[in-house]
Amino acid sequence: MADQQEILSGLAEIVNEETGLDPAEVQMDKSFTDDLDIDSLSMMTIVVNAEEKFGVRIPDDEVKNLTTVGDAVTFIQNNQG
Amino acid sequence: MSERRVVVTGLGATTPLGGTIAETWEGILAGRSGAKPLDQEMLDRYELPVHFACTIAQDPSEVLTKVQIRRMDPSAQYAVIASLAAMEDAGSPEVDPERLGVAIGTGIGGVWTLLDQWDNLREKGVRRVFPLAVPMLMPNTSAGNVSLLLGARAGAHTTVSACASGAESMGTGYDMIRGGRADMVVAGGTECATHPICFAGFSQMQALSTRNDDPTAASRPYDTGRDGFVMGEGAAVMVLEEYEHAKARGARIYAEFASIGMSADAHHITAPEPEGAGASRAMREAVERAGLTAADIVHINAHATSTPVGDVAEANAIRRAFGDAVDGMPVSATKSMTGHLLGAAGALEGLLTVLAVHHRTAPAAINIDDLDPAIDLDVIRDEHRALPRGDIAALNNSFGFGGHNVALVIKSL
Repeated sequence: MADQQEILSGLAEIVNEETGLDPAEVQMDKSFTDDLDIDSLSMMTIVVNAEEKFGVRIPDDEVKNLTTVGDAVTFIQNNQG
Repeated sequence: MSERRVVVTGLGATTPLGGTIAETWEGILAGRSGAKPLDQEMLDRYELPVHFACTIAQDPSEVLTKVQIRRMDPSAQYAVIASLAAMEDAGSPEVDPERLGVAIGTGIGGVWTLLDQWDNLREKGVRRVFPLAVPMLMPNTSAGNVSLLLGARAGAHTTVSACASGAESMGTGYDMIRGGRADMVVAGGTECATHPICFAGFSQMQALSTRNDDPTAASRPYDTGRDGFVMGEGAAVMVLEEYEHAKARGARIYAEFASIGMSADAHHITAPEPEGAGASRAMREAVERAGLTAADIVHINAHATSTPVGDVAEANAIRRAFGDAVDGMPVSATKSMTGHLLGAAGALEGLLTVLAVHHRTAPAAINIDDLDPAIDLDVIRDEHRALPRGDIAALNNSFGFGGHNVALVIKSL
């Protein structure tokens, strides 16, 4: 099971791969759309890659609730298989 | 409005001979072949009968970011590389975005994306299909991406007419400027069809050379030993500009894009009409529309793919269009070096025709050891040929499956 820091850095890697954003920019309090300028199409890819990396299922209905990076990290942490 | 003339003010390309049009032109004049062995793993897996192709010389990651590469089909990557280079070559002009257009053709479109994502769907399910799959595989993906990057808002067009696509797209750009819809158009063609399905399909059609023991000698248009074309890939783009607009900004002008002639064979889906009636009509129309006669044309860059049937049909068509004026008219067959770039072929050859007129140098073909007696043309071999001084004009031919015939006339200025 990955801890919060491992999930955050794993997520930062995925975001970097998808958008080219510096991983250091990906912090718990950052909003995906407002701060990181990630659109819904990129978000889909990030979610699918996170599912694979952390062995979780993130339902499409849940994605709209993941406003900040912290929301995503917490969801992944609480739902790891 | 007085008649609007169209000139060429920028050139850009990524080809089997180099990452720029300058390197490509040097390679052409040096008589280099762009043929390279195909990836061994791909060959083993699919047992392809053809073991080589003219793949691009440049790694796109030298120019594009990792994210751009992830989000664009290779065909669009090539188009973007060529378009940015062409705009830079034109002096990175400041143009009213609503007067700047894009016209980039392709024969096949995003075949790599289509099939990669089909594999993802079958092997991993719907959620593993990339959300950008559709905008990456659609044939207009290149025109769309280039328009987006350049902020070009006069229109973004895609002509799909097989191996005439690149030439026809440049004709679209020419028409946009002539008709007053734009002052500048980034126009050309792109292709990345070096996918196993394309090798398999063309092989089943017996269209590809299988000279596997000697790839650099495989593309041999007009030679008696020709046995099919060599697959190529890449992109070529020119900046077309309204003459007064170019003059007003002090642009360097390579040549005038004088006209386009087009026709359709309505004969067979793949075979050219053997007497060349349709192709010759396109050539005659192009010459007439340029306000010229056959005697004014001093050079032809032929389509000349190196297929046994196509080369003879084209030679017949040239003879039919020009009559005796073709005697002593030097004919280049540059696919002997670049391979056949399909939807980018007409664009690359359009650029090479511009350079031939600009530098007054007609390139020589390689690999013609024994000129087919059925080819009654002055084909340039061994040494490139100097073109006359004074006002000159040259013609570029492109033909495509489906019966498309496109001829362009380029004039010195």
